[in-house]
Amino acid sequence: MSGVIEIILIFLILANLILLGASRLRNAIRIVAWQGLVLGLMPLLAHRDGLVWAAILLGAGSAGIKGFVFPALLNRALRETQASREIEPFVGYVLSLLAGVGVLALSVWFGSRLPLPWPPASNLLVPAGMFTVWTGLFLIVTRRKAITQVLGYVVLENGIFTLGMVLVEAMPLLVELGVLLDIFVAVFVMGIIVFNINREFDHIDSDQLAALKEGGP
Amino acid sequence: MILALVFLPLGAALAAMLIRLDRPRRVLLVFAAAVHFALTGACWLSPPACVSGAWLGLDPAGRLFLGITSLLFLAAAVYAVHSLGQSRGGRGRQTEADTGSVFVNAPEAVFTACLLVFLSTMTLVAASQHLGLLWVAVEATTLATAPLIYFHRQPSSLEATWKYLLVCSVGIALALLGTFLVVVAAAAADGTGGTLLVPELVARAGQLQPAWLKAAFIFLLVGYGTKMGLVPMHTWLPDAHSEAPSPVSALLSGALLNCAFLGILRAHAICAAAGLELFSGQLLAGFGLLSMVVAAAFIVNQPDYKRMLAYSSVENMGLMALGAGIGGAATYGALLHAVNHSVVKAGLFLVAGNLLAAYRTKAVAKVSGAAHVLPVSGGLWLAGLFAIGGTPPFGTFISEFTLLRAAFGRGYGIWAAVALLALTMAFVGLARAFLGMALGREPEGPVSRCEPWAVILPPLVLLAVSFGLGLWIPPGLQAVLAAASQLLGGGAP
Repeated sequence: MSGVIEIILIFLILANLILLGASRLRNAIRIVAWQGLVLGLMPLLAHRDGLVWAAILLGAGSAGIKGFVFPALLNRALRETQASREIEPFVGYVLSLLAGVGVLALSVWFGSRLPLPWPPASNLLVPAGMFTVWTGLFLIVTRRKAITQVLGYVVLENGIFTLGMVLVEAMPLLVELGVLLDIFVAVFVMGIIVFNINREFDHIDSDQLAALKEGGP
Repeated sequence: MILALVFLPLGAALAAMLIRLDRPRRVLLVFAAAVHFALTGACWLSPPACVSGAWLGLDPAGRLFLGITSLLFLAAAVYAVHSLGQSRGGRGRQTEADTGSVFVNAPEAVFTACLLVFLSTMTLVAASQHLGLLWVAVEATTLATAPLIYFHRQPSSLEATWKYLLVCSVGIALALLGTFLVVVAAAAADGTGGTLLVPELVARAGQLQPAWLKAAFIFLLVGYGTKMGLVPMHTWLPDAHSEAPSPVSALLSGALLNCAFLGILRAHAICAAAGLELFSGQLLAGFGLLSMVVAAAFIVNQPDYKRMLAYSSVENMGLMALGAGIGGAATYGALLHAVNHSVVKAGLFLVAGNLLAAYRTKAVAKVSGAAHVLPVSGGLWLAGLFAIGGTPPFGTFISEFTLLRAAFGRGYGIWAAVALLALTMAFVGLARAFLGMALGREPEGPVSRCEPWAVILPPLVLLAVSFGLGLWIPPGLQAVLAAASQLLGGGAP
């Protein structure tokens, strides 16, 4: 079992690195979709006492929503808005990748030093989760388009979901289903707002939403 | 009982989406608010027993915050029903006088439904005894309010909504990480026994692992602090409060910020039970004091009066965080201040809605002579100034006095002095703007002078409550406040 988990985690890390270097929006959406799809397997593998119905529901729901519903939603928003297909970052792709590799090294170092009270399903779990959380935050901060910020939010949630796998025994699955529902509605509402931003402004560049900025005290 | 409180507004929201006619839908909104208020009152009179191990339960702290929410919602619902019929709330194209942009409003059915879902989720926050459920409920409040802020469909509202949605969602995602860390802190070496039930965590606090609990508290503080409007995570707050319709601003400021505060208080209570009250308290007090100072700086010379009220909310939430962090009787003061601030600020936002409807501008400089044009609203605006400034005989004076005296008594003299300075600065900034708006010469252009009872009564009642609390705190409320304070790691005076 733990071999499969390790493969999933390595895939997660690679997907993050590709995302940091991705210049096309459609590719980025596809990578995030794959990430969500593969992560859906985790609850099934990480549960030690076999397959619980709630774990199956959580895994299937998560994979379905993140792997199919979100990309469809985001692709539709992309089509409707006819935004340029480039991501247009504030921080260049090469620099993003270099920073990513640095943070990955830090996560591995920090994850190995973290005194977890019990051994997780895999030694890579905590570093991969932390790296994914960082990637999500980084994408939100450094990418210009509203749609990439939504993508960053999904990646951030993927990371938290991964870290949550450390605690599969203790966290009630009902709560995780509630979390999944919230994230689903959040991305849905964000999609609607992205669509409206385009209609209102003829662009989805969130850095140009600055009319309400404080002029100074 | 609790389930009824949660599901009643949810059912009403569903019905509101299905009803085609405006009048029955508006009646439904007020009716649902009134029933919710009555049920909450029943919970106050005969508290439902807290079953150990249950995810839902109304302990004194939950009852306190539920009471505030329900009262404010009733007032906002009565106000909203009227303002929906007015020009700014109604159908058709309209022009924003300040920016010249043309906008239409969101469909009324969607607005009403979101308002009711918002009430349901806030009730769930107040009644959650389970940190995971609490997280789900707090995130749900964000999602229910986003369409409310984007009610006036114009670019500035959209900008505010996007900022609100993104900043709060990311912040609350960090709170989820904090919630996970609580599980790690509670679990035994073999990974079992982790729990998220607050009473169980408090009871077993001695066995929690302090290092993990500390990390959990930091994440929870930053996460829920984003929603509560603590500096430096407050950036969404002035935008959202100034762009939302006035009854929604009143609810955001008076009820929603408190809900997030309750989340932090629960985490603080666990830390206090585990003997970490100095760590969590000083973090909380530090963020609180920083919020007060920064907000006071932004209040002075603020050109937009709704933004000014929003920054005043940041300041008051900072004061509450400071009180809760200091502990002892200051926690009691902070909870009392939560009650007082909520009613005063909600009342002020509703009056601000009246001014906005009459003058069609949010600019402080363009409003003058309100006391002549709108005698009741102008008078309430002035009364509200003294109430929010913490002058006697309003309840805010009692709560601020209790809080700051306890701070001096517990050796936080310098903190209290800085807080006092910030309060004074904010009061001067508010007074300059409010006095110029209420007094001064009447405007020359056409101004609507109509003040129907539906837009006067809710703020009048709210400010009267604050006035009454300044003179006499009912023993029932006092008991709940004291019990809640003890529950949250503080004491009673």
